[in-house]
Amino acid sequence: MDSLLNRYRNVTVLVLVIMAQLVLLAYQVKTGNDVRLIRVWSVTAVTPLARTLEGIRSGVTNFIGNYITLHDTRAQNLEMRRELGRLKMENQFLRTELSTADRARALSVFQSRTQSRTLAARVIGTGAGAGSKVVFIDRGSVSGVEKGMAVVTPDGIVGKVIAAFPVASEVELITDSTFAAGVISQKSRVHGVLRGQGSGTCRVDGVQTEEKVEVGEWFYTSGDDRVFPKGMRAGQVRVVRLGPTSQEIFLDPSGVQNGLEEVLIVLEGVHQMIPEAPSASAAVHLQSPPPAEPSTGQAPIPPVASGTDADRLRDRYKAIGDAQGHKFGSGLPGSKPPDFNAPPPATPATPKPAAPTPAPTNPPADPQ
Amino acid sequence: MTYSGDRILLGSQRESRISRFRPWVLFVIPLIAILFNFYIPLFFHFLGFLDLPLLVTVYFALMRRSPIAGTFIGAFIGLAQDSLAKNPLGQYGIVKTLVGYFAASVGLRFDVDHPFIRLLLGFFFFFFHEFFSWVLARALLGQQVDFNLESTLVLGLLNAVVALFLFHFLDRLRETI
Repeated sequence: MDSLLNRYRNVTVLVLVIMAQLVLLAYQVKTGNDVRLIRVWSVTAVTPLARTLEGIRSGVTNFIGNYITLHDTRAQNLEMRRELGRLKMENQFLRTELSTADRARALSVFQSRTQSRTLAARVIGTGAGAGSKVVFIDRGSVSGVEKGMAVVTPDGIVGKVIAAFPVASEVELITDSTFAAGVISQKSRVHGVLRGQGSGTCRVDGVQTEEKVEVGEWFYTSGDDRVFPKGMRAGQVRVVRLGPTSQEIFLDPSGVQNGLEEVLIVLEGVHQMIPEAPSASAAVHLQSPPPAEPSTGQAPIPPVASGTDADRLRDRYKAIGDAQGHKFGSGLPGSKPPDFNAPPPATPATPKPAAPTPAPTNPPADPQ
Repeated sequence: MTYSGDRILLGSQRESRISRFRPWVLFVIPLIAILFNFYIPLFFHFLGFLDLPLLVTVYFALMRRSPIAGTFIGAFIGLAQDSLAKNPLGQYGIVKTLVGYFAASVGLRFDVDHPFIRLLLGFFFFFFHEFFSWVLARALLGQQVDFNLESTLVLGLLNAVVALFLFHFLDRLRETI
């Protein structure tokens, strides 16, 4: 037995190591739990190094930028970019407010709305693996970050926190193939599910072929996923194709287009309304309606009676009955009914076409 | 670097020279490789194709020429990589364990100092790693991931070229017995 084990020692060790990892894998898949301890060790070992590297890199870059090439332009640029980001968010908020101002509930929406509470974080690393679509940020559970929180930039959504470690968090990007979020189109309010593709574009699933979605249209978060607050930009439609059962819609995600350095973690999300799309007729100038023509002394044309033929017949019979002094519902069996073949009384030229009143002085006329 | 002429196959296992490394090398180099994959693609996206942890696994397994050592090196590097990705722990671990084992087994039979062999092995193990990861993701984890053959072949070639230079650099850190 010993010689057998000795002879196949290499294979035995290989099988044991693989079996151990298979058990580990099976445990995670079956229970849905993560082996957090091992991850914490690795992240705690690597993120300080990455943070140090990032510190050195930004220090050297800042030094070169601030003191060698451009004395203070870089600082101004940073300040302006920060200001631009803030203004973009504010602009979007105000635009949304403006678009809802004409609605009845605008006031209550305005009163109840406050902007989401966010926390700024810096990206310090990507997931270790070719084609990985996760990043690590330098804020963790100590700063109040929790698993499932949304991560955004002023340009749009970036991803969501999938693991919060003490001083760092792992963020699954919108482009990851397992990412999904509820979205809604800006123009026709079509709901769909945004999915990453593992590449630079995203796909929107679940849009029926009869729904109308146009190239260039924006998709916003719908808030259905309970991760992203409603009303945040997701991406702009690049391609729309008709599939066998539903449309194939591909988006350019707006949040990750310009590279990721600093992001915002949404600690407390506040839903916003989807801004109205500019309508196609908005650019066309329309004259004001023409003024009413002066009266010529002729009697205005009476409006056409509304309602169905049955309504008109009922009104005719009622008018005839009223003209003959008959009270509907009070005639005893055997009593003389009104003569419904008699011509009905003339209808007055004014209002209420559906309820004509008797006018015995005028010659009888058929309202038909 | 010393190459053994034009011979590719070793005559016997006695001809294979086991390379030894200082303990810090075995710890620091994989750590740097993982850190590289973790940090550098943030600023140089085009370097995302490089799988340095894999190349380091292949190198140490080839040079140590011990399937058991290769198994453990692969397992540790793979698990560390898993814990920094969103994969379940063991996905890369299992694949790199196999890579380490087979690389060490190959190291017993081939002259792994030969540049052509290194190029070939770099390409082969990258392809093996990607293919097996895909099989594992689909069969064991039920993930709907695609396998792009053309892209994998091109990336395998690029990684193999990088492996040539990387292995040449790492040769300076070994102590040949």
